[in-house]
Amino acid sequence: MLDLMLFAVWPYVAVAVCLVGLVWRWRVDQFGWTTLTSLLSEKRILNWASPLFHVGALLVILGHVAGLLIPKAWTVALGVPPATYHLVAVSLGVVAGAMLTVGTVALVLRRFILRTRLRLVTRRGDIVMYVILGLQIVLGLWQTIGFTALEARPSFDYRDSVSLWFRSIFVLQPDVAAMTPAPWAFKAHAALAFALIAVWPFSRLVHVFSIPIGYLTRPAIVYRHQGS
Amino acid sequence: MKIMAQMAMVMNLDKCIGCATCSVTCKQTWTNRDGVEHIWFNNVETNPGVGYPARWEDQRRWRGGWRVDQSGRLCLRQGNKAERLARIFNNPEAPSLDDYYEPATYDYQRLIKAPLTGLTPVARPLSAITGEPMAIKFGPNWDDDLGGSALWAARDPDLEAIATKVELAFEQSFMFHLPRICEHCLNPACVAACPSGAMFKRVEDGIVLADQDKCRGFRMCVSACPYKKVYMNRLTGKAEKCTFCFPRIEEGQETVCSETCVGRLRYIGVILYDRDAVGALAAADNPLAACRSAMLDPHDPGVIAAAKSDGLPSDWLDAAQASPIYELAIRQLVALPLHPEYRTLPMVWYIPPLSPLLEATGAMGGDDTDADDIAATVTAMRIPLDYLAQLFAAGDQAAVAGSLMRLAAVRQHMRARSLGRDDSAAEAVGASPEDLERLYHLLAVAKRSDRFVIPKAHHESTAQVAAWAGGCPVGGGPGATRRKGRA
Ligand code: SF4
Ligand code: SF4
Repeated sequence: MLDLMLFAVWPYVAVAVCLVGLVWRWRVDQFGWTTLTSLLSEKRILNWASPLFHVGALLVILGHVAGLLIPKAWTVALGVPPATYHLVAVSLGVVAGAMLTVGTVALVLRRFILRTRLRLVTRRGDIVMYVILGLQIVLGLWQTIGFTALEARPSFDYRDSVSLWFRSIFVLQPDVAAMTPAPWAFKAHAALAFALIAVWPFSRLVHVFSIPIGYLTRPAIVYRHQGS
Repeated sequence: MKIMAQMAMVMNLDKCIGCATCSVTCKQTWTNRDGVEHIWFNNVETNPGVGYPARWEDQRRWRGGWRVDQSGRLCLRQGNKAERLARIFNNPEAPSLDDYYEPATYDYQRLIKAPLTGLTPVARPLSAITGEPMAIKFGPNWDDDLGGSALWAARDPDLEAIATKVELAFEQSFMFHLPRICEHCLNPACVAACPSGAMFKRVEDGIVLADQDKCRGFRMCVSACPYKKVYMNRLTGKAEKCTFCFPRIEEGQETVCSETCVGRLRYIGVILYDRDAVGALAAADNPLAACRSAMLDPHDPGVIAAAKSDGLPSDWLDAAQASPIYELAIRQLVALPLHPEYRTLPMVWYIPPLSPLLEATGAMGGDDTDADDIAATVTAMRIPLDYLAQLFAAGDQAAVAGSLMRLAAVRQHMRARSLGRDDSAAEAVGASPEDLERLYHLLAVAKRSDRFVIPKAHHESTAQVAAWAGGCPVGGGPGATRRKGRA
């Protein structure tokens, strides 16, 4: 029953909240749609922690896309032996995870412990987001290191379980049974991922949708008419 | 060719007493909210000095403005687009509060509530941001009037760049004030650097603004502006900058800083420029000459015809022809741009200050028996020419000397006139007596309507008016709330 709620209902609720929330926020709150940069309050730690966090996060996302979306059969068909795949995935995962972890720890310390100034510019949405993100990182590392990396022939292969379930969500036929054999850490990680998606529109994470692609082709000087 | 109009300003530094009324009235009008404590759209600095933020002119550190690369192309000092986008996760050149200052207030309650004892209560400084006790170590006016000159004035980047050895001992030094606002540049680096396209230049009057709704807090504008005149709001994480008081300008009123200036030293007017020529001018070999040639002659029939065909309203053309800015900057050549070598084509210009003569006039190469030897006068002034040239002419001392000589000639001519004597001052500076008298009028006795020639905006389009009906954009939100525990 819990599995059904978490892996068949909750993903759709979370995505719906995210989409509706994004549209709502975009329409009513252009003014609040920002990275909420805190560089003004502190920049020495930010200067190295922020790139570490962001690059780490991007690599982790890429890793998830690869691990969850690419079926095992494909990599096997391409001639990648499971052991090699495992080695590459785990080592890249550990590096990316370490960057993300160090970056996050530095940013959290900076924000909540080192500088009073920063506590003053921290919003409630940030705190919720930091808690979920922190838990996710802990769970993610636990899985990568505890369940997968330390065992040469892992007893549990998420690509035969979590990945199947994840892909089934997109075709609107959630395969809850595929999640049943997953250890609790994997289950919690999967459910929390959707919590992150649900709080997305209400936190500073919206800035992810503001990647300035148009800047690459735009003329240098922007002219606008009065009142436009 | 595409002729556009630009609101421009000239400040006559001879008259600035450094009272900072402009800074205070500007702050009361625009930045008296939470989150913008450190922001001074207008600030007044003492020269020599470090300015605000400290050493803002040191572009090796801040990498603001533009430069011309080996192939003659104009590019932002921060690098090409890829290099700039690589700074999206951190921006080492953007100043933090530690580079500006920690705004402070005082524990005034203590003065009222202290128990009756034999000791005088002391109001300790408190951070205006955290409310915690703090030691005040720097601020936007820290080295005002050469305060602490050996420490602070000595760090002036302009002093490092000149040959003249400047004495900083108080009795031997010199000083003048430099009020600064955003330059509303023709080639604004802040606009070019903004990844979100939130910074823009207005077509009608050239005012450069930050669109708070489009800003995503990438803080590239802050580091790209060589004058450090875009700031981040601490609470909203969005860019804010001098607006040239556009709601007043659109109604034909001068900016707040200009209206309240006790020295009445600010002038505002329209100049015409060719938008299509901006790029080439910004990359030109001689940045001062480029700034000057950006201002087109509003009486030139070719310019008039082009302006009309580009849709410039006739009252704006009239204003451009009566512009005190064009008169001071181009016809009289007394006003000069601030750091033209930043290549943003700045539009707030300055009339450099005259200063007392050095005693050793003869030693400076002039004729010290002739007090009216204008050429000797300017080289013998206490403020070194090369220092002024560093600020206002990209090092071109002749341009500064030309301006100072004309200012000296005005005085000489008017003195001779009131004494009923003949004089050769006008000839000496290549001007006509009428030129000098016009300049005298504008600098000494001009009425408000002569100092500010500001045509009203054309609001005929109802769509524009409707767009403004939305109410106050700064109401509510984090900027408008007071933090707990503070009066
Ligand atoms: S002075 Fe003003 S217009 Fe010029 S680059 Fe700086 S902020 Fe932009
Ligand atoms: S108000 Fe006028 S005189 Fe006073 S500091 Fe500002 S510019 Fe100078």
